[in-house]
Amino acid sequence: MGNRCAVIGVGQTHYTTRRRDVSMAGLVREAALRALEDAGLTFADIDAVVVGKAPDLFEGVMMPEAYLADALGAAGKPMTRVHTAGSVGGSTALVGASLIQGGVHDRVLVVAYEKQSESNATWALTTHLPFTSSLVVGAGGYFAPHIREYMRRSGAPGHIGTLVAVKDRLNALKNPYAHLRIPGIDRAMVESTPMLWEPIRYLETCPSSDGACAIVLSSERAVTGTPAWVHGGAMRSEPIFRAGRDTVSPQAGTDCAADVYRQAGVTDPRRDLDVAEVYVPFSWYEPMWLENLGFCGVNEGWKLTEAGATALDGDIPWNASGGVLSSNPIGASGLIRFAEAALQVRGMAGDHQVEGAGKALGHAYGGGAQFFAMWIVGAEKP
Amino acid sequence: MPSEPHPEINHVLEFPGGYTRSTGPVIGRFLTELRAGRIVGVRTAGRRVLVPPLEYDPATGEPVTDEFVEVGPAGTVREWTWVEEPRKNHPLDRPFAWALIRLDGADTALVHAVDAPVKAMRTGLRVWPRWRHDRVGSITDLECFVPEVTTIVANVRTEYTVTPGAALARYLDALTREVFLAGRCPSCESVYVPYRLSCPQCGSVIEEELEVGPSGTVTTFAINNLPDPRAPQVPFVSAYILLDGADTPIIALLGSVAAGEVTVGMRVRAVFEGGTVKWFAPEREA
Repeated sequence: MGNRCAVIGVGQTHYTTRRRDVSMAGLVREAALRALEDAGLTFADIDAVVVGKAPDLFEGVMMPEAYLADALGAAGKPMTRVHTAGSVGGSTALVGASLIQGGVHDRVLVVAYEKQSESNATWALTTHLPFTSSLVVGAGGYFAPHIREYMRRSGAPGHIGTLVAVKDRLNALKNPYAHLRIPGIDRAMVESTPMLWEPIRYLETCPSSDGACAIVLSSERAVTGTPAWVHGGAMRSEPIFRAGRDTVSPQAGTDCAADVYRQAGVTDPRRDLDVAEVYVPFSWYEPMWLENLGFCGVNEGWKLTEAGATALDGDIPWNASGGVLSSNPIGASGLIRFAEAALQVRGMAGDHQVEGAGKALGHAYGGGAQFFAMWIVGAEKP
Repeated sequence: MPSEPHPEINHVLEFPGGYTRSTGPVIGRFLTELRAGRIVGVRTAGRRVLVPPLEYDPATGEPVTDEFVEVGPAGTVREWTWVEEPRKNHPLDRPFAWALIRLDGADTALVHAVDAPVKAMRTGLRVWPRWRHDRVGSITDLECFVPEVTTIVANVRTEYTVTPGAALARYLDALTREVFLAGRCPSCESVYVPYRLSCPQCGSVIEEELEVGPSGTVTTFAINNLPDPRAPQVPFVSAYILLDGADTPIIALLGSVAAGEVTVGMRVRAVFEGGTVKWFAPEREA
C-alpha cells in the first residue's frame, strides 16, 4: 500500500437545495478553506490538487477542473480531475491518497462537488442517444428493477426501505451539514409519499443538493492536527452488460470490499469496523450493500436493518451522518462518505459521533453499480 | 316617469404647456446630477444624508448644509408594495413594485419603481438603477431599479453526425426484418444481444451470429410514475427482458398491459412498428 497517508483536514459546505449566493468556484473554495482551516494550513502548504465531480453534462460546464484551478489554489501545481460517475468522490480521495502513498507529494487537497440547482441530473442521465431504445428514466428508473429483484430474492418485507429512509433522516437531524432535516420523520410520513419509480417512494430517494466537500491528505512526516490514518483503499469496475452479471450484488463491489478488508486486516466487517458511511441513494441499497460488503450473509441484509443493527445506537451504525439519503451533491457524495468516516475516527463528528470509533469504512458506487471505491480509516496508525 | 339619465361625458383639465416650477438650489442640484447620471443627497447640520435632498431638515426645520454627497448607485429595498395592473402614467407597463430604497451612503429612503418578478421582491433586496439614455433632469431619468445580476443562462448544445458501427448497423438492419441479431462468444459461449463484435466479459472476438427472441421473459422491471417522451402514458413499465436464446437482458417498454399486472417471469413478445421495436407485449396478446 506504500507510505502511510492520513486525513488531517475535512471541510464541508452546508448541503442545501440552492446555493445561489456562490458560483461553483465559490462553493468549492468554501469547502477547501474549511478543510485547510481544520488542518491548520493554507493553500501554500498544498503540493497538488485532485478534484472530482459527476459528468460534465450535469451542469454543462465542460472541463470544470480548468475553471476551478484558481479557486482551489492550484496555479503552478499539479491538478487532476477524476471521473467515475457517482463513485467519483471516493475515487478522487483514493487518487489523492495514492499521490501520498506513492511518495510523490506530502500534502494533497482533494475536493469534490455538485451544484445540482444549476444541473439537471435526470435529464443528463436520460439523453436519448441515437440507435438505442434503452428506456431508463433517471437514476431511479435504472435502479428500481434491481431493488425489485432484491426484494424478490431475499423475501424482505416491504417496509425495510422505509426503515432506512427514517433512520438516515433521524441521523441527519444530528448533522448540521445535512440537507434534508425533517422534524418528526417517521414511517407513516415516508409511506404517505408517492411512488416515483415503483418500488421506490419519493422519501426513499436522495435529495438534489448543492455542496462541496474537501479533505487534506498528508504523508506521515507532514501530519498536523488530528489524523485519520488510511488503512486501505480499493477501486473496482465492471462492464454494465456482461452475461451473468449480478446487478443486485455486483462482483466489482464484493471484490473491492475483499481488497480493502485484506489491506486493513478486517476479517469480519460487522465486528471489526465501528461505523460505516456507505453510498445509499435509495433506501433499499442499505440491505443490498450490507450483503454485498459482507456484513452478513446473502439475503440477510434486511434483517440487520430491521433489528436496528445499523442505527446510530446499533452495533454497526451505517450513515451516522444521514448519508446520501439526506444530502446528495452527487459528485461530492462519495467524498462525503470518506470524509465522514475520517471525522468519526478523529472523534470530530459532533452530535452524530459514534463513541470510541476506531475504524470506519467509507464507500461509494457509481454508474449502473459498476464503479466502486472504498477506504478504511483508523484512529491508530496502520 | 323617471327622466333619462344624463349621458357620461369626458372632461379634461390641463394647464396649457404645464406649470413652471423653480427648483431652488437643492432640488436643482439633485436633478442636474440625475441628468449627468449620478444620484446625490444633501447633508444636514446633524450630518445625516437626505436622499432625495430636501431644502430644510424635516427633523429640525433648519436649512440643510451646502454639502452634496454622491450616493448609490446601488441600494437596499426597505419596504415595497406590488402593482399588479400598472396604470398609464406608471413608469413601467408591466407588473412592478413601488419600493422605498435606501441608497448606499444615504440615511433616508427614496421611493422608486423596481422592475423584478414578484417572487424576487423582498425587504433587503439589493437593487441598481436603470438609467434612461436621454436624460432631462427629472426623477424619471431613473427609469427604475433592478436587482443585482446573480444568475446567467448558459446555453449548451452540441450537434454532430453519427453513424452506427458495423455491428450495430447489422443489428438495426435485422430489426427492420423483425429479427433480433445476437452474437455468441466462442470462449465463454455467452450470447449477447444486441449483436456485438467482442465479449465484454472475456474480450474474445465474436464471429458467430444467431437470432434470438422475439419472445422472452421479464426478469425484473420498474413502474415509472415520471413521464418520458418515449412512453405513451404514465405510469409506464420499463422491463428487463431476457430474449429466448440470449444471455443478456435488454431494457424495453412494456405495452398492452396495465402496470399493476406485470410480473417477474411474465412471457412477452416484441411488437414491431416502423422497422424497430415499438414495445413488448404479453405473449397471449402479441
